[in-house]
Amino acid sequence: MNDTPASAPAPAPNAPRPPSRGALAFAVIIIGLFFIGLMALLYYGVQQSDRPDRESLPSPLIGKPAPAFDLPLLHDSNRRATNATLAGEPYVMNVWGSWCPECRVEHPVLSRFALTKRVRFVGYNLKDERGDALRWLEQYGNPYMLVVADVEGRTAIDWGIYGAPETFLVDGKGIVRWKHVGAVTDAIIAQQLIPALEKIEAER
Amino acid sequence: MLPVTARISPPTLRRVGHASGNAMLPELGQITLILALLVALLQSLLPLAGAARGNATWMAVARPAAYAQLALVAVAFALLTAAFVRQDFSVRYVAENSNTLLPMIYRYSAVWGAHEGSLLMWVLVMALWSAAVAVFSRALPQPVMARVLGVMGLVAVGFLAFLIFTSNPFDRLLPAPIEGRDLNPLLQDPGLIIHPPMLYVGYVGFVVPFAFAIAALLEGQVDARWLRWTRPWTNIAWGFLTLGIALGSWWAYYELGWGGWWFWDPVENASFMPWLCGAALIHSQAVTEKRGSFGGWTLLLAIACFSLSLMGAFLVRSGVLTSVHSFAADPSRGLFILVFLAIVIGSSLLLYVLRAPRLPDGAPFAASSRETLLLANNVLLTCACAMVLLGTLYPLLADALDMGKISVGPPYFGLLFLILMAPLVLLLPFGPLTRWQREQPSRPLALLLPWAGLALIAGVIAYFMAPQGPLKTAAGVAGATWVALGTARFVWIRLKASGRMTPEMWGMALAHLGVAVFLVGALLVEAMNVQREVALKPGQSVEIGRYAFRFEGVDEKQGPNYLSDRGHVQVMRNDRDLVLLHPEKRAYASGGQVMTEAGIRPGLTGDIYVALGESLGDGAWAVRVHIKPFVRWIWLGALLMALGGFVTAADKRFRRRTDTRTA
Repeated sequence: MNDTPASAPAPAPNAPRPPSRGALAFAVIIIGLFFIGLMALLYYGVQQSDRPDRESLPSPLIGKPAPAFDLPLLHDSNRRATNATLAGEPYVMNVWGSWCPECRVEHPVLSRFALTKRVRFVGYNLKDERGDALRWLEQYGNPYMLVVADVEGRTAIDWGIYGAPETFLVDGKGIVRWKHVGAVTDAIIAQQLIPALEKIEAER
Repeated sequence: MLPVTARISPPTLRRVGHASGNAMLPELGQITLILALLVALLQSLLPLAGAARGNATWMAVARPAAYAQLALVAVAFALLTAAFVRQDFSVRYVAENSNTLLPMIYRYSAVWGAHEGSLLMWVLVMALWSAAVAVFSRALPQPVMARVLGVMGLVAVGFLAFLIFTSNPFDRLLPAPIEGRDLNPLLQDPGLIIHPPMLYVGYVGFVVPFAFAIAALLEGQVDARWLRWTRPWTNIAWGFLTLGIALGSWWAYYELGWGGWWFWDPVENASFMPWLCGAALIHSQAVTEKRGSFGGWTLLLAIACFSLSLMGAFLVRSGVLTSVHSFAADPSRGLFILVFLAIVIGSSLLLYVLRAPRLPDGAPFAASSRETLLLANNVLLTCACAMVLLGTLYPLLADALDMGKISVGPPYFGLLFLILMAPLVLLLPFGPLTRWQREQPSRPLALLLPWAGLALIAGVIAYFMAPQGPLKTAAGVAGATWVALGTARFVWIRLKASGRMTPEMWGMALAHLGVAVFLVGALLVEAMNVQREVALKPGQSVEIGRYAFRFEGVDEKQGPNYLSDRGHVQVMRNDRDLVLLHPEKRAYASGGQVMTEAGIRPGLTGDIYVALGESLGDGAWAVRVHIKPFVRWIWLGALLMALGGFVTAADKRFRRRTDTRTA
């Protein structure tokens, strides 16, 4: 090993040509800024990544007619509900399941708002067993005007529902006006749902 | 807030009070991973310190450590596979990603079907590359070998720590459920069994040129001797990445039911960025090795390539960008890998800034020379890479600056690629025909002029013959003819002059031919794709061009773990039966996810593609019919490019043991 690199460069024809100090500083600053900016942006992304509503907005359904559905009622599976059943007045459709822990969190919030009778509340029971669902409503209270049961979750695909809880606002003409993914809070009702409702009411 | 996965827990995952008294195999797996982490620490710290101090004993640790690491990670991987095969639902990862109905073959591939296991595979591939470098590094001076393996060991430390601390695949779920969930139905497909491993071999493979770049910076010199030695590694990694991306595209084509082959989805972009950067690196390495020029640039590209691979892993695994591919979001994982990313990229850039200015310049070259052409190649490819990066991160940037939700789609990427790739295609045939250092511009021009004319004529003919989209068709035909003929001209000149070509030249010719073939596929399918969505009742038919499609109805088919609506569509050409296609819609037993399986009649000049839509009642179904001219050429082109990479890597010149300096 006699050709180990000497620290002092030999005066060869292609010896290192010292780049100008200014150019070097410029390059360092550009690379550094790019790196810092990229990392900051990715850090912001990580911070945002667990916000439950970030994936759902904007929902492709907003402003479009609500997808057709024809589902049996939870309490009486011989009767069915369709879009026509609910047409005429706005309604809030809340997707829940007895297996969904966060539904339990938002349930008191929703129930409180339902008591104001501001709008009709429809429950959408997703991929649940009937007995479990009925027991759940008995235990936590039933704020819904009616509850439809989607046992297989086929209709849920049309609605773009990929979990529970999710909440939709549909106006009297059957147009989806608002959607929220994840548990609804009082703040969300006050800042999003009520303004959306007021807009619908103002249009009439 | 709970992540999405916690919000929905399908009823199938009900725990039952039945603790399975399984052997302690999963714990053994965990222990081997911890041992692997310790060995990786050893593999990085001792040889790096040894190289700095000239301690040969410490440097000698690198090789055995790399082998030991491979053995340990392979054992862990085998143990996780065993848990899947034996359906040990007391392992959380197994319970969440398989169930008793899952066919045997998918029990093997389920190992890398979700975050934890695929990360384990990533670590395994990493260990494989390390061991391969250890085996094939005999020709290298010991300090270089020690530094390269040491840097690879450091990267392995990061990934093993990520695996053990945030994503342990051997976590127990006690009491064990009697039934698991299911492997994501999207992944229950032969194409997807090999897509991730190919992709990972490519992604992770860029760690070799990266480790070399870091070793060179530590050493303070770029030596043509061992630059030559890295070139085949870059080529092989890039070849595998090409195969992986092509497989993913092929899968999307037949499985998603849209008939598209590329969607500019964030995760597709995540794999495409290192690919573009890798393509640039392959070319700049050739210049640096042969002429000594672009030394600093080559090192920066090598760093960028692996950094982009790491960022791809980050984007997929952190949930930062939403995509069909991404694994469940988990901020703690995102943060871990972000810190890792920052350390790797930050420290290597810092090292670069400190050391790169000391690197020597290569031989001078004139404005008209092969160096200039390859510089143009590099500028265009890196610009394309930067544009893809911008397009991928732009929605996040807009969100961060509160400019609203924006999605950047095909219009942006399509336009940009047209602008950046057109000059690349135009210049491509000149590259191999132009001399190093100085060239009379008239010489390659004269060589190629007749072929340019021929390509132009082919384009004009295509323009008038195309049933639709004449401009794109003409561009595709002319561009492909130009590249193919230009490449053939090079082969011809070589063979006439010396009677033989080196594997390196053959590899280049193959890859360039791949570009031509790819151009035909990409542009012609875009121009001439015919697509019709119709509602058909049994017995009804629809005519498209020369073809008629008669819908014969739908029946139910029971698969191993799904129930399928299987359509029968008779395709006829000139009133004669051509083929009976069976598009399917599969509903998987667990979770009820619906997957489409298109019915395809593949052909070299075009595919006939039928996908089943929704049932419309009364036996009527929405049926989507496509005629996709030359779509196979897209993947054929990619295959040729990958093959080119492998053939080049096979050149004996790269493995020749030489201690004389060529620079």
